[in-house]
Amino acid sequence: MTTETLIWLIPLPPVLAFFLIVLFTNKNKALSHSVAVGAALLSWLGSMIVFFRALGVEHLGQHPFESSIPWIPTGDTWLRIGVLIDPLSAAVLFFVAWTVLMIFIYSIGYHNYGQPAGDHDHMGLPPHGATVHGHTVPSIEPMYSRFFAFIGLFAFGMFTLVVSDNLLTLFVGWEIMGLCSYLLIGFWYAKESARNAAVKAFMTTRIGDVFMLLGIAFLYSATGTLSFREIFREEVLHTLATVPSGVLGLSAAGLIALLLFIGTIGKSAQWPLHVWLPDAMEGPTPVSAMIHAATMVSAGVYAVIRMFPLLSLDPKTMTFVAFIGAFTALFAATIAVAQNDIKRVLAYSTISQLGFMIAALGIGAYVAAVFHLITHAFFKALLFLGSGSVIHGMEHGVYHTGNHKVDPQDMFNMGGLRRKMPITFWTFLIGGFALSGFPIITAGFWSKDEILADAFVNGHTAVFATLAIAAFMTAFYTMRQITLTFLGESRTKEAEHAQETHWTMTAPLVVLSFFAVTYGWVGIPEHFPVLGGLVPNWFHEFVGGTLAEMPEVLEFSIVPLLTSLGVALGGLFFGWLAYRNVKSVADDKLQIGVLKNKWYFDEAYDFLFIKSAYWFSETFVSKWMDKGVIDGILHVFGRVTDFLGSLIRNYFDVPVVNRFFGDGSAEVVQWTGKNLRPIQTGRIQQYLMLALVVFIVIGVALYYLLLA
Amino acid sequence: MTAQQIIFLVVGFVTLGSALMVVTSHNLIHAALWLVSTLFGVAIIYTLLNAGFLAVVQVVVYIGAIAILFIFAVMLTRKDMRDQSPQLNKNWWVGALLAVVTFGGLFFLLQSWSGFSRTAADLPSGFDAIGRLGEALVSPDAFVLPFEVASVLLMAALVGAVYLAFNRK
Amino acid sequence: MIPLSWYLILSAGLFSIGLFGVLSRRNAVAILLGVELMLNAVNVNLVAFWRYGDLAQMAGQVFAIIVFAVAAAEVAVGLALIISVYRRRNTVVANDIDLMKW
Repeated sequence: MTTETLIWLIPLPPVLAFFLIVLFTNKNKALSHSVAVGAALLSWLGSMIVFFRALGVEHLGQHPFESSIPWIPTGDTWLRIGVLIDPLSAAVLFFVAWTVLMIFIYSIGYHNYGQPAGDHDHMGLPPHGATVHGHTVPSIEPMYSRFFAFIGLFAFGMFTLVVSDNLLTLFVGWEIMGLCSYLLIGFWYAKESARNAAVKAFMTTRIGDVFMLLGIAFLYSATGTLSFREIFREEVLHTLATVPSGVLGLSAAGLIALLLFIGTIGKSAQWPLHVWLPDAMEGPTPVSAMIHAATMVSAGVYAVIRMFPLLSLDPKTMTFVAFIGAFTALFAATIAVAQNDIKRVLAYSTISQLGFMIAALGIGAYVAAVFHLITHAFFKALLFLGSGSVIHGMEHGVYHTGNHKVDPQDMFNMGGLRRKMPITFWTFLIGGFALSGFPIITAGFWSKDEILADAFVNGHTAVFATLAIAAFMTAFYTMRQITLTFLGESRTKEAEHAQETHWTMTAPLVVLSFFAVTYGWVGIPEHFPVLGGLVPNWFHEFVGGTLAEMPEVLEFSIVPLLTSLGVALGGLFFGWLAYRNVKSVADDKLQIGVLKNKWYFDEAYDFLFIKSAYWFSETFVSKWMDKGVIDGILHVFGRVTDFLGSLIRNYFDVPVVNRFFGDGSAEVVQWTGKNLRPIQTGRIQQYLMLALVVFIVIGVALYYLLLA
Repeated sequence: MTAQQIIFLVVGFVTLGSALMVVTSHNLIHAALWLVSTLFGVAIIYTLLNAGFLAVVQVVVYIGAIAILFIFAVMLTRKDMRDQSPQLNKNWWVGALLAVVTFGGLFFLLQSWSGFSRTAADLPSGFDAIGRLGEALVSPDAFVLPFEVASVLLMAALVGAVYLAFNRK
Repeated sequence: MIPLSWYLILSAGLFSIGLFGVLSRRNAVAILLGVELMLNAVNVNLVAFWRYGDLAQMAGQVFAIIVFAVAAAEVAVGLALIISVYRRRNTVVANDIDLMKW
């Protein structure tokens, strides 16, 4: 089978799984998860084959695997859609396939396959436990098959986005993931918080999507094509760069890139459209891993990376991108230090790390951004899945003690879990260190260091400083999280009775931690002291080949290296120091209101936008326009018709038709009858006389008529 | 004035006079008897018209049966022998007027007809009126059907009359 | 000889007298007497037309005979009716038999 055909087929198995599960295997849980995991496996296999074939191609950037078909006729030409595997998409395909597969397998254990059905479990609510021999045990998720169907659709969306060679199918995949994020965040639909979170996610990303669509439309009207290979030709880029767009003094390229970037702001939860991501923690943990690590938010960054040739043409847009990225990185990190929910910390951490990637792109560090995207996907997925394992372990404890008032997600209820859940502990530790940028042995170090190096060496000191502070805080809150959760002593009885989770949950953790450790080693910079040069910087060569001009290799500078070592180790150390003896929430000195409440952005948006939207629809449109004007017009019609009706009734119908014609004719008939009645006397002589008279009269009349 | 004409005039007057008496007579028995006289007069008219058979039938059927029947009926429907109530009803003058108008109208219509003053053709010699009549009555090309129907009619009338007047006591 | 007109005037007169009797007499039997007169007038008319028309056509006389039969039948039934009514209502005054009035 040719590589191109294989590429076309990669997105197919998950969507087939979706349809099969929805239509046929919904009732059978084992069959459903087998179909889903089997599909993920097939896509993984296809992706691996394509990836390894891609590795073997010399100058993949110039000779990518591509195949397209004509799709929409547009006058004389056709809008083409197709698939493209160049170095960027090959690398992204690699991590997407692995993380998707791991999350699918993890979901089997997470939703308690093999456990009995719950005592009072309802569809739409998280499972609550079943009683077996007097003990409460975890119960299987009631909507088990539905979950696998949805994540299958999600995987389809992501794969489509990654393999597509044009903005149209990219946007299609983008929107499918938007839909699935709504469906999955609101998976437990009976919970009001989940429903609201789903709507919030969809609405917020929608705002971004509108601008993105505008960008796509502008691009199409300016160039007549949406295919990447055609847009990124010299002539086209040159035209777009020089033509002014008339908006904000940007060139056409700048405006298009800005509009497309706004889509990413929404999808990758950058400030100011970051508000949906923490609330999206309402969904089951595999969903959080999928959306916020492996796929959806990465798609936002991927879109910007893909449009980098266009973006880099306008310095104003680049500055804006860098600003948003750096600001978000710091902003989210400040919030993460004050969060108590284990998943919320990771959510803000994701926002922050995405800020790193966006900032990298803003300063032109193409390869660094891609590198961090991939490593982040691995370790963030690992961390999320790990947190899900922790929560499961805590729930075990909650079922054991029967005290359902204890929140299994609150880190201040945990503690000492390293003894109870060793595999989860070690893998989480690896993931946490990778996130913090622990030197050498974690992938996060290599990718984060490269961003900082790029920022410093190219003179973007403001970005450098911001990202450095954010990196410090990242390490700090990560160690805070690990300390509170795993180290020290159990703070509650529930934590004491926590248990390690099923192998379907721990095995993916192990696999992902492997990548979290080793992936960094494919991108060791050439000029790195001691280690640089030992292993060629395959990543830079490979991914850099995507661009028309290979990005230059950075010269080494000790400052960013020391900075990143300092912030990473320092942050970890201080995090451990501050929290190793914390017994309860009261001891936490960083529970600052403004940080805990996310800088009150949700409240601000509610006041500025939500309330006005509600006012507009409830008062202006519904009350004044609809009920007032439109219904008012109808009421006038009603009254006029009523009036006319009564007019006709009282002045025509009753007097003329009823009385004159109706009653009148009846009276005439009655009068005639009454007056003719006496003729019928019953006396035959009178009848005969009458007959004779009439006969004579008619006879005479006829006689004279005939005579005339 | 031929003899025939004189006879006709006499008989005519008698007939009309008797008819007048029939309709104005107070006593119903007298009226029935005057009817007999009228019928006789008509019989003689038939004879004058060379319809001898009809004359005899007139006497036998009309006088012999119908007039007698009338007398019976009058007898059977009398409350008392001396009936003093008026014999003409309230609007008799309308009837008289109508009779006069009818006569006038008939006369007027007839006299405007061309054949009004026609004279009689002579009977051909050997004219067997009765024989011809008999033939006409029973010949299938002629009037056997009305003849038979008339007999059915008579039977129906017979049955009907008996039934109507049957005394169920 | 006797012109046709005399017979016709005779029958017209007889008819009118009979009509007067029918319309004006109180007693039902008397009304039937008037009817008889009218029938006889018709018969005279028929025979006169036969005699003064085509002698070969026996239709005139045959018609007269049929009229005889019908008259007889009618008288029989009529008188039977009157007798029946008289038995019920004890009256033969035509004006009193007005059950079919409105």
